Parts: sequence; structure tokens; C-alpha cells
Amino acid sequence: MKPAPFEYLAPDSLEEAVSLAAQHGDHAKLLAGGQSLIPAMNFRVVQPAMLIDLNRVTELRYIRQNEGGALAIGSMTTQHELEIDGQVPDRVPLLFEALPHIAHPQIRNRGTLGGSLVHADPAAELPVIALACGARLKARSREGERWIEIGSFFQGMFMTDLAPEEILVEVVFPPMPPGTGWSFMEASRRRGDYAMMGVAVLLRLDGEGVCASARLVYLNAGDGPVDAHEAAASLIGSKPTAAAFEEAADIASQKEIDPFGNIHATVDFQRHLAHVLTRRALEQASGRAQRARAN
Amino acid sequence: MQNELHTVHLTINGKQFERDVEPRTLLSDFLRHEIGLTGTHVGCEHGVCGACTILYDGQPVRSCLMLAVQASGHAISTVEGLSANLKELHPLQQAFWESHGLQCGFCTPGFLMTLVPFLETNPNPSENQIRAAISGNLCRCTGYQNIVKAIQSAAERMQAKVA
Repeated sequence: MKPAPFEYLAPDSLEEAVSLAAQHGDHAKLLAGGQSLIPAMNFRVVQPAMLIDLNRVTELRYIRQNEGGALAIGSMTTQHELEIDGQVPDRVPLLFEALPHIAHPQIRNRGTLGGSLVHADPAAELPVIALACGARLKARSREGERWIEIGSFFQGMFMTDLAPEEILVEVVFPPMPPGTGWSFMEASRRRGDYAMMGVAVLLRLDGEGVCASARLVYLNAGDGPVDAHEAAASLIGSKPTAAAFEEAADIASQKEIDPFGNIHATVDFQRHLAHVLTRRALEQASGRAQRARAN
Repeated sequence: MQNELHTVHLTINGKQFERDVEPRTLLSDFLRHEIGLTGTHVGCEHGVCGACTILYDGQPVRSCLMLAVQASGHAISTVEGLSANLKELHPLQQAFWESHGLQCGFCTPGFLMTLVPFLETNPNPSENQIRAAISGNLCRCTGYQNIVKAIQSAAERMQAKVA
């Protein structure tokens, strides 16, 4: 229950971190909040030869609005900083709603947005939120900057599109189009545990109250965040009725998700939870979309 | 060099310390073995139980999920720093004592360190807020009922003091 020996480097600028990452590549692991990496090292599931600690790179901790209303967040911004920031509830309400579900207060004080995305745990909240919101990710390496669309970022369990020498530096959440409702719901045995199932919903209604776009993304439902395209497509062009939500919940829970089951929940129970959560989340999101249109 | 020692300078309960540490030394072990502050308890060592919770620059964190070398230049508070002297308990400690908020006491330092900043920002918390605040701390004795009562009583006591 103690980490194996490793070499430790703590750059205090992004330039230095980028150059160390280029120099050491696969040999080193980047340390962000450490709320997943350190337990894995304590268990010796992971034994990196070197850690490059990003916690002194303060230039990666910021939340600011870009032109056009997008919210740009530095990758080392902690989950707690997101919870208390005044811009997040208005700009990215889906993210704001999911934050309290991430583990416990003590974990959110250290855990970072970038660290969670790069860790790519299929049971984590932030990858699901980033995918649902269509976030864009900026990576830095010695070669320069690279923008990554969230749709191509997750490459399976604990795998991403980042190269070993690349550092995720910024996450940009685009503004939510007018008339959009949102909802995040998950079910866990105890508060703060990994959820047995969870869903993020974005639903936009047009001037006639007809569903113009929809997004349903699930956690702990496959080898990464699961985007239920077919269920979402089934909603488009119709009014948000209980029958339409039921059909979307059927498609997502029976056809599109692929949960593994574990000691807390069998696969059947996970599908059942996905069905119930989908219906409830769609109801909440559509109520919010209607209120957004009315205002 | 993997065994190379790093010099850390940090403030613990208001006192300055300087020590040489291996990078792999966890902050929890550093506090217990290098500084001798054994009030910080080590339960699960993977961030689940909350027994090792300390304040890091005023915020509760798991000391088993941090490296001592990371804490250089930062300020730490442990349960030993809660009361000014051995005769007088912090109002939160007093409330835990009076409401039977502990039995074996193993989890107590973690609860206390989680709750000190919580009560500063939420001086009049609802039961639901209290239960959310302590969701990251496990107690195997009390069933939490008396811990919640202790926190409510501490909140009243601390507010009365302010008023």
C-alpha cells in the first residue's frame, strides 16, 4: 500500500513541463490532482519510473469566457474551483449539476478537470459531461498546439487520443444554444461512490416546442462515455411526450449501452437504471427547455 | 534518481518544518513518521475512508493521496492543531465528546478536519448538507446518528459564540 520508488520532477511553467514531457515521454506519467493516479500507485497497479507534477504550473488553473460565450477552462482547475465559480452555473449548467456527484468534497478539492478527462474512466462524470457538451480540448507538446474534438478523444477504457509527450492544457465548453434544457442523473449505492449508472441529457426545443436536437450520454455503460445516438435521434422532430421519452429510454437501455455489471449491480439492473434515469432526465431537461423558451 | 531525497519546507499547525523526503513518501506517512503527528490516521490508503483528512492550505484533502514532496511551500493543519491547549477542546471536539459522536475514535480526526472548514462556510447547515459534507468519511461504530447530532450542536455552539 505504498508507491514503488519513482523520480519526481515539479516544473513551475508550462514550457518546462512540455519540454520534460518531450524528453521523458512514455517513461514518465503526468501527475494532476492525483486522486486516481496516487491510489493506483499505492496499490502498485501503476509503477511509473517518473512523475512530472503539474501542480506548480499555475498558468493551467483558470476559468474564463471566450468571445461568443464559450467557457475556457485550464486543465489543472480543480473540481472544487468549478463548483464555486460564478460563471459555470450559467454557461455550462450541465457541468455544474454533475460536479457534486464527483466522489467527495475532499477529492474535489484536489481532483482536476483535465486529470479526470485524461484518466478516461468510463464510470467518471466529467468525460460524460465533456462529450455531451461537445467540448474541444487543447493539447500542447514541443511540436505546438493541437485541438481535439471530444468525439475522437476517448479511445476505450483509460485510453485517449493524447500522445505520451502531449499535455492537455485547456477544455472549451461551447455556449448552450437558446432553448436547451439539461439534466444529469446517476444512481449509486452510497453518496459519492462510483455510480452504477448515470446519464447526461441535453435537449433543445424549437419555437414550436418540437425537439430540434438531443444528446444522451451514459457513464459506466461501456468502455468509455457512451453516446446514445439512436435514442437521441428518435426524439428529434417530435414533441417531448412521455411516450417519446419511453421509446428513447428503450433504445438507449436495450440497444446502445453495453454495461459490464459488477458486485453492486448486474447488467440487467444497470439497464433498468438506465431506462429509469433516461426517462427522468428527459423529463427534467424538457421542462427546463420549455422554461428557457418561455423566458 | 529514484531514491534521491528532496528537501521540503512546510508549515504544520503554524510551525515551520524542514525535512528531506523520498518522492514516494505519502503526506500521511510523513506527518505520522517524520513529524510524529500520529493524530492523522491511516485507514484505507486509497482515498475511500477519509481517516487521513487534513487541511491543505485550509481545504480538507486526503493526505494519503498526496506526496509529502508536493506539500513543500504549503500550510497544513492536523487534528493536533485544533485546540490551543491540552485543557480546552475545540467546540467541534467538545460537541463530539458530549453527543457521543465517536466510539473507537479512529475516524474522528478525519471527520473533525473535514468539518472545521465546512462549518466556517456553512454556519447553520441542514441535516442534508451535513450528510453530504461527511459523505467522504467512513465510521464503523456510530451509525452516523450521533455524529450528525454532534455537528448540529457544534454549529449552534459556534454561532452562539459569534453572536
